Amino acid sequence: MGWGWDESIRAVNDKAGNKAGQIHNKPIRTKPFNKASFVIQITLLTLVALTLYGFSSFDYKDVHFFEAAYNSLVTVKTMFLEPHFQHFTFAGALKQVIVTLGLAFLTTLFGAVIALFLGLLAARNLSSNTVSVMIKGMVAFIRGVPTVLWVLIFAVAAGLGSVAAVIGMTFHSVGYLIKAYSESFEELDKDVVEALKASGANWWQIVFQAVIPSSITYLISWTFMRFEINFAVAVAMGAAAGAGGIGFDMFMASAFYYDVREIGVITYFILAFAIALEILATRMKRKLRAAE
Amino acid sequence: MQADFFAKKRRNSFIYFALLIFLTWGAITVTEYDVIKGFTSIPKAVEWTFSNFYPNEKAMTKLPDILKTLVETVLVSIAATTVAALFALLCAILGSNTTGINGIFSSFSRAVAALFRNIDVAAWSMILLFSFGQNVLTGYFALFFGTFGFLTRAFMESIDEVSQSSVEALRATGAGYFPIIFQSVIPASMPQLLSWILFMVETNIRHATLIGILTGTGIGFLFSLYYKSLNYSSASLVVIVIVAAILIIEYISNYVRRVIL
Repeated sequence: MGWGWDESIRAVNDKAGNKAGQIHNKPIRTKPFNKASFVIQITLLTLVALTLYGFSSFDYKDVHFFEAAYNSLVTVKTMFLEPHFQHFTFAGALKQVIVTLGLAFLTTLFGAVIALFLGLLAARNLSSNTVSVMIKGMVAFIRGVPTVLWVLIFAVAAGLGSVAAVIGMTFHSVGYLIKAYSESFEELDKDVVEALKASGANWWQIVFQAVIPSSITYLISWTFMRFEINFAVAVAMGAAAGAGGIGFDMFMASAFYYDVREIGVITYFILAFAIALEILATRMKRKLRAAE
Repeated sequence: MQADFFAKKRRNSFIYFALLIFLTWGAITVTEYDVIKGFTSIPKAVEWTFSNFYPNEKAMTKLPDILKTLVETVLVSIAATTVAALFALLCAILGSNTTGINGIFSSFSRAVAALFRNIDVAAWSMILLFSFGQNVLTGYFALFFGTFGFLTRAFMESIDEVSQSSVEALRATGAGYFPIIFQSVIPASMPQLLSWILFMVETNIRHATLIGILTGTGIGFLFSLYYKSLNYSSASLVVIVIVAAILIIEYISNYVRRVIL
């Protein structure tokens, strides 16, 4: 949840297919010099070295590690085993979760609408190369700025609240969905576009009669996945950027009331909704796949 | 029948559209989202960005401090990822379908991974803040737990995908459990595992900013410090530095991924 799960699956799987094919074609050599394994070793070594260097350079401020770790365990235990309602009721918490869902929904909706158009322009088979590269560069920049910073930057202009949160969160949604959408569009058979062009269809007709209908199932499942991610993001933004919803309650419970048990209740609520969304997404994907 | 088909199709799209409008209206109401303000705030934000949100000379004097914090944050992200990857690998090997020891342990490690994955980084930050205080370890562990949950699931799937047949073959030849793991499973799935680790390093740097704001550590804390004291030019420098770091790391990991996969 919130960790870009599916996006990364794609990033990894894209190339995994090639690999399996190559293994079988190569003659067996016992210890060849292989650029791939060399790079793997260098990368692993670098990561380990940086980790060790990191551990040695951190300023720990004489924290008593074992004591603190033990306290954390106690905190987690109290949180999950003795949750209680203090500053709001069951109905109140439910309402706040719905507010968070609402934020996630608006973000996803705006993101989807904007990304649909930009995704068409970013798809190489539907637009020019320059435009496609430009949009992809823009997406890389948008994704470089963490969501919380987008929200806080907009909060200066719009004030802390749902407006800044929704607009700030929309940036990453747009970036994510442009990538997902344009890749779905690029999968469209070249002949279809060519045939429609030959019969005199204009760009809009091609888009609405061929491109979108043929990729609609992918669009829906990507959009729903983003909704799932946005729910997690909305919780975090509530806590970090005053966006409201259940995340804000969590922030209040921990930063003002120091009430671990209430955080427990809130975590249960978030977990329940997150898992429900995950199940719903899996069901939907299966249904869409069956419909194809 | 054709007329029926189109009528039905139109009716369906109408229903979906109406549902969408209804949900949007509901969402706007519960979140108290001001649509007009939403539109007007965009040009306002752009204008504000160009008039205030860029580094000036005074901000540049803070650059050494900012870079030092950035390096710390990046190191925290990397350290959290590698250590979490180690634990996740152990859990994934013991819990995956191909190499798992038994069904009970498998479902147990899956459940733990799901739990860790679904408790948000924000929640972890809050929990850890109670006992570790405003310390670099708070951010470290907040990243660690989420990463552990995610990587366990990712590693399990990679291991199952890559090594099913080779494990079967090696078992048939009578190889023991540990030779199978170290000679076949880990080497064969290494590129995939590394790709996941690099992905997680990228993600964690983004998360580190958020955690920093929540727990008062690292680069996120620096940003919120400048932001809250209305020192926007320094805050913008922090943003620029973060973007540069993320883009560089993305570039490196894309290169590595291209070579190894």
